[in-house]
Amino acid sequence: MAKLVAAAKKEGTLNVIALPPTWANYGTIISTFEKKYGIKVNSANPDGSSQDEVNAVKQENGTAAAPDVLDIGMAVALVNTNLFAPYKVSTWSDIPTAQKSSAGLWYQDYGGYMSVGYSAKFGTITSMSQLLGPKFKGAVALNGNPTEANAALNGVMMASLANGGSASSIAKGVSFFSELKSKGNFDSVQATGATIKAGTTPVVLNWDYLNLPSYVGVSNWKVFIPSGAVLGGYYAQAINKNAPHPAAARLWEEFLYSQAASGGQNLWLAGGARPVEQQAMTSNGTINSADASKLPAVSGTPVFLSQSQATNAANYLAANWAKAVS
Amino acid sequence: MAATTASDTGARPVRAGRRPRLPAWLGTTPFLVYIGIFLLLPTGIVVVNAFRSPSGALNLSSLTTPFESPDRSYFTGSLELCLISSVFGAVLGAILAYAIASGDPDGTVRRLYIAVSGVLAQFGGVTLAFAFVVLIGPVGLLIHASWFYTFPWGIAVIYTYFQVPLMVLVFLPAIDGLKAQWREASDSLGASSWQYWRYVGAPLLAPAFFGAALLLFANALSAFATIVAWENQIAYIVPQQIYLAINSEVGLSNVNQADVLALGMIVMVAIIMTGYAFLQRRAARWLR
Repeated sequence: MAKLVAAAKKEGTLNVIALPPTWANYGTIISTFEKKYGIKVNSANPDGSSQDEVNAVKQENGTAAAPDVLDIGMAVALVNTNLFAPYKVSTWSDIPTAQKSSAGLWYQDYGGYMSVGYSAKFGTITSMSQLLGPKFKGAVALNGNPTEANAALNGVMMASLANGGSASSIAKGVSFFSELKSKGNFDSVQATGATIKAGTTPVVLNWDYLNLPSYVGVSNWKVFIPSGAVLGGYYAQAINKNAPHPAAARLWEEFLYSQAASGGQNLWLAGGARPVEQQAMTSNGTINSADASKLPAVSGTPVFLSQSQATNAANYLAANWAKAVS
Repeated sequence: MAATTASDTGARPVRAGRRPRLPAWLGTTPFLVYIGIFLLLPTGIVVVNAFRSPSGALNLSSLTTPFESPDRSYFTGSLELCLISSVFGAVLGAILAYAIASGDPDGTVRRLYIAVSGVLAQFGGVTLAFAFVVLIGPVGLLIHASWFYTFPWGIAVIYTYFQVPLMVLVFLPAIDGLKAQWREASDSLGASSWQYWRYVGAPLLAPAFFGAALLLFANALSAFATIVAWENQIAYIVPQQIYLAINSEVGLSNVNQADVLALGMIVMVAIIMTGYAFLQRRAARWLR
């Protein structure tokens, strides 16, 4: 570790990409890392997508500006593993087996569960079926179009799980939204911070870390995860195999997976995201329990979509979604 | 005009001999480079890719897809929306333009309307759709209009909001071009007001009117952000489907489909702009 720190300090720079400062506490994570190791972090294209990250790795390959490390969506990570260098952080064994590549090419970092965020004016909501009631006229919105946006696809999948569907079939979720539409409760605009603040999307299905009152910036906002419909989605870390700063890249990963009070895992948690080592940290007592208690409660076994389940869901949506909500 | 041109050309050789002159085409180079990079090159790429399969081989079969379901529905959706919003925009805008033209040419009202039209013709996109959604959408502040989410009427109302002011701006010069002497001549020959409009005013304005309507049609055809902010769940028109075909992060992206759809739009715009150019020439014959 000491040798890694020395080598990284000698490189002096780390290139990161697509890390919005307000997202999952990345602003603080970057400044803490810079201060702790005296390494300058170049943050490129903070609002970029996972695909933008991969494109940058390919297009800037061999230059000093190429991204060293990636924080990437699983769908994009799995088809681009040939761009990654294997690395196993020192807390490797605390990452659940299903959430890392056995070769160490990618390893999930933080994520959350699909949730229902809603305005407190509705009282307390505890189940998806309540959303079919008359007081939710024109109120329920998704974060995007599910044939395009991953968060929206998972929103429909959560509805499916809550209505007796399984990860292998999203059909029950589509019929739930069809019913929602026919009752006039479905709002077909894309929910954003602006629509939530303006009050035009008072119920939003989205990842819990994007649905926290602190994140949406609305104080009378509540969030719950439907019981028995716990659908997880995690991002993953990977190191560019041609990283211009290979030691800094590995030190960054060690920092992100550090269980220290001001290490990456607890800093993600402070931003409302669930760090991948949360379970292990809860057992060994390193978790910041005050921050952990602010997350919405989970009851039931979390479900994670496999690549083929996600593809099946997308294909079903391509054929049935527009019909169901028109 | 003709006289000044003649004297101009007469004077030129004398001056040209005295100081070195840059070639005339140099002045247009920035414009041509700009057009080349931002219009011709992307258009060329789209056209070429529309004829190729994802692997790069020549492929003509995708060119029939705009005439088949589901792609056909995006084109009919685009046509319906453009037609309705341009007809409403053209008629209402023409009436408004006539009202403005018949007022005091230097008056405050006219200046105010032109200034406001100039602003509102550019007021589109997310802000406009958001304003309507907040006012009359499902949880609208003003009312909840039940027709708001019927295609094409709900979105046509939003589009008309920027079409009317654009019509005022492009049609007002044509109405101003109607000379008072023509009306006086027609009056002094005993024509009624109806006869004046039927035989003089309308035929003179018709090319300008239809030309402006075509411009509105093309304006509506390319609008994208407005409809996406209004309805994010269903693709009704071509630009929406192009967006989905390029951007899907859940594995449904199909860039070739996007290229074919874009080629369809290029063909539509080419037809419209040819018609527009033709009508403009007709209009320019009298109104100058």
